[in-house]
Amino acid sequence: MSGTALDPKTAPAFPIAARAAMKDSQLQRNVHHATQVIQTKRARVVAEMADWQELREAGEHIRRHTMEHLDFYLQEFEVNCARAGGIVHWATDAEEARQIVVGLVKASGSDEVIKIKSMTTEEIALNQALESEDIHPFETDLAELIIQLGRDQPSHIVVPALHKNRKQIKEIFQREMHLADLGDRPEDLADAARSFLREKFLHVRTGVSGANFLIAETGGVCVVESEGNGRMCLTLPETLITIAGIDKILPRFEDLEVMLQLLPRSATGERMNPYNSVWTGVHAGDGPQTFHVVLLDNGRTGILADWESRQTLHCIRCAACQNACPVYRQTGGHAYGSVYAGPIGAILTPQLQEMHYAQSLPYASSLCGACYEVCPVKINIPEVLIHLRQKVVEQNAAQVSSSFDIEALGMKAMAVTFRNERRFRAAQRMGRAAAKLLPRKDGWITWLPGMLGGWTQMRDLEEMPQETFRDWWQKREKDDR
Amino acid sequence: MTVETSSKLEILRRIREANHTSSGEEAARNGWRGVPRNYKRARVHPQEVMLDLLVDRLREYDATVIRSDHDRIAHHVALRLEERGKNGLVIPAGIPASWLSVGFEFVRDDGLTFKELDMLGGVLTGSTLAIAETGTIVLQNLPGQGRRAISLIPDYHLCLVCTEDVVETVPEAMRRLQNTATLATTFISGPSATADIEMTRIKGVHGPRTLDVILFA
Repeated sequence: MSGTALDPKTAPAFPIAARAAMKDSQLQRNVHHATQVIQTKRARVVAEMADWQELREAGEHIRRHTMEHLDFYLQEFEVNCARAGGIVHWATDAEEARQIVVGLVKASGSDEVIKIKSMTTEEIALNQALESEDIHPFETDLAELIIQLGRDQPSHIVVPALHKNRKQIKEIFQREMHLADLGDRPEDLADAARSFLREKFLHVRTGVSGANFLIAETGGVCVVESEGNGRMCLTLPETLITIAGIDKILPRFEDLEVMLQLLPRSATGERMNPYNSVWTGVHAGDGPQTFHVVLLDNGRTGILADWESRQTLHCIRCAACQNACPVYRQTGGHAYGSVYAGPIGAILTPQLQEMHYAQSLPYASSLCGACYEVCPVKINIPEVLIHLRQKVVEQNAAQVSSSFDIEALGMKAMAVTFRNERRFRAAQRMGRAAAKLLPRKDGWITWLPGMLGGWTQMRDLEEMPQETFRDWWQKREKDDR
Repeated sequence: MTVETSSKLEILRRIREANHTSSGEEAARNGWRGVPRNYKRARVHPQEVMLDLLVDRLREYDATVIRSDHDRIAHHVALRLEERGKNGLVIPAGIPASWLSVGFEFVRDDGLTFKELDMLGGVLTGSTLAIAETGTIVLQNLPGQGRRAISLIPDYHLCLVCTEDVVETVPEAMRRLQNTATLATTFISGPSATADIEMTRIKGVHGPRTLDVILFA
């Protein structure tokens, strides 16, 4: 039932995937419209908060502090969750997490699960693992339902079906729910989803969720949502399995006062999203009586070990950076080849792959800084992008013997040239002579040969002037005399 | 009970290696106290302005809000039910009898099945507190509020909020909730909604599609 998961190991490089996306004008219109709406809403509700910068400051400090004491807080969470009747599991990687969850679902005696939207389960491709064991996962978030029924892939962290408009959604629902007369007003589509899933909510005995926050102090879990599908999945089943990255820890209950102000305003441009649930272990007579939490590493400790990019782990998945990014707004999410798209995806995805895959993503940015400005916990994404570019270059240089590394050779030659005035002037003359052949009639150069083509792939170059500044300066001095 | 699995030990080892140190309770508590909290943490508006703010914010979410005196709650409950065309509602244990209007059927939740809750179609609950700035009502598993399923499955929610339980800011709310932080807790800001289709907030998906609030003194 699920499509092929977005896998950074097999996805095409960003420039190639982006080129294809740029040809889809419907996709571009949809992404543009949705990100425009959400950005306007966000700007309005952020502007009314006189203490927004102080909240961001606190958010950044809470996240940094949490990472510095992560080993303590994870254990504190485990002890408190267990005391309240929850069972905590630890998974070093995606494979281990999938095995744990599949085993727990089987033990619950159910061959169906209802799911709350969770990017972490997308990251580990849980649905495919469940299906291969004949367990049917039902996505219950409206956008995830659209993705699942359309055999599509998420393109946005908060609104995974943002690339689809109402007409396209209507067609998917008509086909998959057998509703020939379905209208295309958003209300009609929401009603259809409500009827389609109602029966599942009332009968399926096992639920799977992600988590927005794990509260170390109490052992509680917090899920932030809109539709009520989250509340259904974590209240009505007999067994609940929550999968959370180890980065989702918050030290204390009180810290929610910062996150519950930053997250909704940044994510959906609302003062508060319709529903937040906090539960702690098992509550007698209320909700699931068996509760598991799977704590997932899957590359996160590797990111923690790199002090220049560990701030990547501060992310609270609001997607404000995606909505603000001029690159994402052109390409949409699929071009990033990962469930985490946009600026945060450009830094998170390659690091989760230990820099072995998705090496083009740190370059999928103009470094304009819009992402940093809107980030509710002040992750300096441009800084991390540059750091990762350096890592990519070093890695590539280490793979080839340095004498065969053309880029490194070129840089060395340039250093030699720039150190000596005579050599520099000669190089300028040669460059001007060679460049004479390249400009179009309007004076712009749109194509450069060989490795230099990397520059003109992304931008045009102005024709070289007839005279250099140095030549002009010398001539001027002569003329003055 | 916690188990020392090899994966747990491995993850903790990796974290300590990344941090070049292992953290303990004292270091964590001291570090936490160093977090700057210069954001607004207390009320700035007088009571009436704050209550008006709550009403405005709830109405923006498309909830209906009625102001009432304590003595007239039952009267307003009856008016709401008439307007919504309901003959009765589910109630949790602990609802004061004085809230219940004569002439309607109130079914107490003594472990109703989900199917029964779905059929009954409406619920009346109290609340722990409300946050004016965000238009949020907090429910907990307490007398008068009940288990989570009863305010979730029925399509209509009539919620009573006492003016004494209204705070202005999120931080004030978290302070009040600190002692009951481990209860099952739900923050409700308007009726169920989604923005998943073209980022337009539309009312009514899986939770109650209609939310009426009686704010009483």
